[in-house]
Amino acid sequence: MPGPPVQLVQHLPTGSEWSIETITEYDEAIGRVAKRFGLDCYRHQLEIISSEQMMDAYAAIGMPVYYHHWSFGKHFLATENRYKRGQMGLAYEIVINSDPCIAYLMDENTLPMQALVIAHAAYGHNSFFKGNHLFRQWTDASAIIDYLVFAKRHIAQCEERYGMETVERFLDACHALVNVGVDRYKHAARMSLEKESLLQKEREDYLQTQVNDIWRTLPPHPEVDVAAQEQRFPEEPEENLLYFIEKNAPLLEPWQREVVRIVRKIGQYFYPQRQTQVMNEGWATFWHYTLLNTLYDDGMLNDGFMLEFLQTHTNVVYQPPYNSRHFSGINVYALGFAMWRDLRRICETPTDEDKEWFPDIANSDWRKTFDFAMQNFKDESFIAQYLSPKLMREFRFFSLLDDDSRDKLQIQAIHDESGYRAVRHQLAQQYDLGSREPNIQVWNVDRRGDRSLTLRHFAYQNRPLEEDYTKVLDHVAFLWGFTVRLESQNTLGHVTVVDERRSDKSARNT
Amino acid sequence: MSVYIVDRRFDSKHKSSVNRGRFIKRFKGQIRKAVADAINRRGVRDLDDGDKIGIPSKDITEPQFQHGAGGIWEVVRPGNDRFNSGDQFDRPPHDGGGSGGRGQASNEGESLDDFVFTLTRDEFLDIFFDELALPHLVKRQLARIDQYRRVRAGYTQTGVPTNINLGRTMRGAAKRRIAVGGPYASQLKALEAELKQLLESTPVDLIAVDKVRKEIAVLHAKIEAIPFVDTFDLRYNNRIRVPQPTTQAVMFCLLDVSASMDEDKKNIAKRFFMLLYLFLTRNYERIEVVFIRHHTVALEVDEDDFFTSRESGGTVVSSALILMRDIIAKRYPSNLWNIYGAQASDGDNWSNDSAQCRELMESSLLRLTQYFAYIEITDGAPQNLWEEYDKLVSTHRDRFAMQRIATVADIYPVFRELFKKRL
Repeated sequence: MPGPPVQLVQHLPTGSEWSIETITEYDEAIGRVAKRFGLDCYRHQLEIISSEQMMDAYAAIGMPVYYHHWSFGKHFLATENRYKRGQMGLAYEIVINSDPCIAYLMDENTLPMQALVIAHAAYGHNSFFKGNHLFRQWTDASAIIDYLVFAKRHIAQCEERYGMETVERFLDACHALVNVGVDRYKHAARMSLEKESLLQKEREDYLQTQVNDIWRTLPPHPEVDVAAQEQRFPEEPEENLLYFIEKNAPLLEPWQREVVRIVRKIGQYFYPQRQTQVMNEGWATFWHYTLLNTLYDDGMLNDGFMLEFLQTHTNVVYQPPYNSRHFSGINVYALGFAMWRDLRRICETPTDEDKEWFPDIANSDWRKTFDFAMQNFKDESFIAQYLSPKLMREFRFFSLLDDDSRDKLQIQAIHDESGYRAVRHQLAQQYDLGSREPNIQVWNVDRRGDRSLTLRHFAYQNRPLEEDYTKVLDHVAFLWGFTVRLESQNTLGHVTVVDERRSDKSARNT
Repeated sequence: MSVYIVDRRFDSKHKSSVNRGRFIKRFKGQIRKAVADAINRRGVRDLDDGDKIGIPSKDITEPQFQHGAGGIWEVVRPGNDRFNSGDQFDRPPHDGGGSGGRGQASNEGESLDDFVFTLTRDEFLDIFFDELALPHLVKRQLARIDQYRRVRAGYTQTGVPTNINLGRTMRGAAKRRIAVGGPYASQLKALEAELKQLLESTPVDLIAVDKVRKEIAVLHAKIEAIPFVDTFDLRYNNRIRVPQPTTQAVMFCLLDVSASMDEDKKNIAKRFFMLLYLFLTRNYERIEVVFIRHHTVALEVDEDDFFTSRESGGTVVSSALILMRDIIAKRYPSNLWNIYGAQASDGDNWSNDSAQCRELMESSLLRLTQYFAYIEITDGAPQNLWEEYDKLVSTHRDRFAMQRIATVADIYPVFRELFKKRL
């Protein structure tokens, strides 16, 4: 880190009242320090909003534009109620992964809080969005707002043409599948408003011909029929249910396919965020902590500012123990912040234990190590790679096994020499979306017979599905238009039919 | 490089109102039920505020495929204070140490039996009064216009001298004078300049000066001839008559406070009156309420006395009806007021009196009122008053209704029944 120029120290504005000018001053100061640390960010834009607007933003998952749906109204009402009763404070910030990156500042915040949010969101999250491979690969920051505008317009048009209730019913069905509507491994195509609009019509026509081809009703040629009968469809199981439905559901209208696509695309856009909570929040927290502390060391902040900042900061990174009333899982801010700080410690002042566990990064340039780690990992792999024994001791992690075939719970491993690897492995697993969410795939379509769709649930660790699956299955049947069957395959490979929805074409209300 | 700051605080605040409206529309059935429950549960005075409403959250979940409880779960927890690897212990009852779905954040963040949210006052009352409308209300408002109000409506060129608007008139006159005299004034100016030039030049051309002076005189005369105020300038204030639908209503609450009416029954009656009052506030700008309580004699009282009175004794219902008739005659002419009557009683009446009540209703009260509702609060057999009133129903179906109520929970359906849309 280059030495700070100490000669010309100028205090930043103090007090709790903020103004546009003071915020600008802070932003510039924080930006200078960020540059000194070499943070690579998108341009950013700060938007000042009221608490009510913050609740609005909450309801639309932070997005400035979104199509209308009752579920967003539900989220809004829930947030509003809890906020008004004082059960929760609003998040201090919302940041949108777009270019320019948009960070919301709430007008009720004090000046130190605004500075904290700027450092956290506009520099921390922002640089993470720009650097991390998942975001680079899956999301196109420059096009998301455009795409949302396109989506909102399309859905509004559909509502005009086909009625609000029809569209709403259809969106309900799509929303139910959004978690199983992502490509986990394939690359998503880039989106842009112009391209989408241009291609939309073309795609509609093309899709319809494709679908029609699959369901061709012309008399089959007898000689190819035998071969065709044996050919599975889909040839490989398909993990992305929404994609499969968009491309292959026989009875959907073109506008409906487009709606499926919109829900799928937006779901895909949020997929990286779900995979990088610990890293992303930890990274942003680490940087607000580091940037503001550096400003303090440079003599630009006074003690009052630091006290307020530190109080908020410690609240954010508090991890209650498992038996506390306040415990609700691992605090991603706490774990993430601790890991990034620990990583810097390992680089700068490694102990013998660190040298043994992390030979390649001990005594390395921490900024390079940081960028490498930030760019190339997701939560699961980040924990598997970088969680140090020291941190496991500090958090006093232990791993607990609950197997419903056994009477008792068992402690599998704790934070000791023999348990470090097991605990670390287990914690990494916990952040693997593949194990957090059920693995359900499109297994087969009976093309020649009743057109029924078979989904197969690969029961990870023999975990059953939550009962809600019956409702989800209703939605799948609604989208598919014919019978839908759900099978479950346990760890031993036994397959059982869990449920079946008979669907009749004439019962569809579209 | 200065950061771009956008102040959005003054942008629209209700971006979510569309979604909120959709939510309410979508779950109207459940919400309506919750509102009805709320009304039965609470004191009626709270009704007028928006209120927290809970609807079963299972009805509004957005289902997703998720892991359920069961199978093998291994989870990492922080804050080990007692365990060693290999320790075994019993499953804590009820989810406790991290079994089941606690490893994943649930979709809603927390699980509550009820989804609780706040309706605004308007939303609450809209749902409450949904599908309710007082009979003939609209018809009455549109058809019966016997009130007119005179309002100013611009200016006219004709009228009586008292209505002359001086400001407008003088302004018009000044405009006309400028418009007509304008060309003369500019000619005058030119001539005066010419004159000045002629006078300054040497030698002075006296003939030319004389000519110019004559012309100036002519122009002056012409300007003088423009009238200061012409009849053409006169403007009169215009007033027109605007029909004024009656937007005021008076509600008569008639309550039996005889010994046979116990606290419970009074409570039921009170709620019924409150509901009616609430309903009227939605439809009329101005509402007056007259409280009449009676046992053997009737008395007009204020609201507090009305509900808290502890009179006792026999019952003569007609006393209240007579008092109501008199008050209408004295204070509320029926061409200016929409009159509503609501009577609550347990049906006990001095038997000779019931026939007289019917007579009173038929001959005067039902002619004067928009609507008269009678509720009998009893779980026993109909009393004589009910039987007499029953005869009115067939002939005055459009403005008389009666219902029987046994418990507080009956009020809402009865209220709806009484005032439901009659098409």
